[in-house]
Amino acid sequence: MALKGNLADFSTTQILHLINLAKKTGTLRLYEPVVTKEMIADGAGHKRPRIIPGKERATATFEQGRLVLAAMGDHDGHLASVLHKAGKLNAEQARVIRERGSKYSDKALALMLINANYVTKADIVRSIRQHTLDIVYDVMTWQREPFVFEENVSPPPGRITVPIDLKNVIIEGTRRAREIKPLEEELPNLDLALKFPESPGDKFRGVRLSVEEWRVVGFVNPKNSIHQIAKACSMTDTEIRRVVYGLLQAGLVELVRPPGMAPPKVQAADGTRRTLPQGAQVKRSVVERLIARIKEA
Amino acid sequence: MQFVKMVITGPFSAGKTEFIRSISEIGAVTTDETISRDAPEYGIKPQTTVAMDFGRITVDDDLVLYLFGTPGQRRFDFMWEILAEGMLGFVVVVDSARPETFREAKSILETFRAYAPTPYVVAANKQDHPEAWTPDDLRIALRIDDHIKLLPCVATDKESVKNVLLELLYAILDEMDA
Repeated sequence: MALKGNLADFSTTQILHLINLAKKTGTLRLYEPVVTKEMIADGAGHKRPRIIPGKERATATFEQGRLVLAAMGDHDGHLASVLHKAGKLNAEQARVIRERGSKYSDKALALMLINANYVTKADIVRSIRQHTLDIVYDVMTWQREPFVFEENVSPPPGRITVPIDLKNVIIEGTRRAREIKPLEEELPNLDLALKFPESPGDKFRGVRLSVEEWRVVGFVNPKNSIHQIAKACSMTDTEIRRVVYGLLQAGLVELVRPPGMAPPKVQAADGTRRTLPQGAQVKRSVVERLIARIKEA
Repeated sequence: MQFVKMVITGPFSAGKTEFIRSISEIGAVTTDETISRDAPEYGIKPQTTVAMDFGRITVDDDLVLYLFGTPGQRRFDFMWEILAEGMLGFVVVVDSARPETFREAKSILETFRAYAPTPYVVAANKQDHPEAWTPDDLRIALRIDDHIKLLPCVATDKESVKNVLLELLYAILDEMDA
């Protein structure tokens, strides 16, 4: 089953979070947005034009929740071009290899280049890794492209894949995020606290955090609200939101209500804010009678 | 006579009215209005719920279950609080095939959790739609905790709706035992 949507509703960061957590294998395709005259409604009933997929702009392929390859329409993904961009081949070498090596797959070409001492295996892995990351970080700044994630669609045969842990990609992508509004929507309440997920040792293995992020991690405790952490780290609301959002999306921390925190107050119809009465109190036998009745309905 | 109430909530056009219609023993009392040309929802669907849907399941002479469906549009959200008061639990209906409604679904869920700490379940509706996201993917997309039940649902199918309501009632029993 394919996952379809638009980055305006479900961002690249959220897609990567889903792929990472569900350990999905497949290919994400992003398309140029084509605005139509047809109107659709969002969840609040607000009308807006339907955006349909145009020309394919980028693809990213994943195996078991790890990013392995990415390509973008206007980036030539040929191995020679990738190595030239990484400074491992000069322009003339890249041109010659492209011309003469056009009949070979990337894997075959890589072997020839290694055997001819043009590059090392490490050079190739590093260059492809950087090429893949450059594309994905670029995609993470897009905001209204239609997307489709097709499960179990593998990279084209012969392409070299370099597995990359998505947690670091999500955190770095969040650092680069330009738009702050989605962060406020995703993390509106800074009175909540943070806790570590189960087996945090596994989750943090191989994760590269900045000094700023490690400082926040040092204060993660269900007793500390995000506001308190921000104060302890001398961060603004925007700064703490950005860090916490990245950690959340990477699955490194979870939100939790701190002990003693009063139930949130809600906006009443008359505009006042108050805590509403609790839910109904009923006896167990009433619920059991309801169950029996619905079963026979 | 004892009356108990459950609330069926969710984003605009998620399938709340259908959900109640499928299980209610009376022709569900709806307050659907034809959408006027001036309304922002004109052209999306022919009618919308402006105040509430209302369904009833009579258990016996002493006990009746009422199902109240909330209006999905934000401009009618003043009704939510009134409908939530005294509820036994609630169901959040999500259109699994429309990711443009997921953010609102999450927001509605948080709002109802704030109204009262009653048990709730999430119904991943329209699972018969070819573009429906699976319940497992929806759980991650909506950040639903593992201990909250997220159930596949087709609101037009009575058995599917029964299953969702039963799971909510089981969750209520679990809460009583805790």
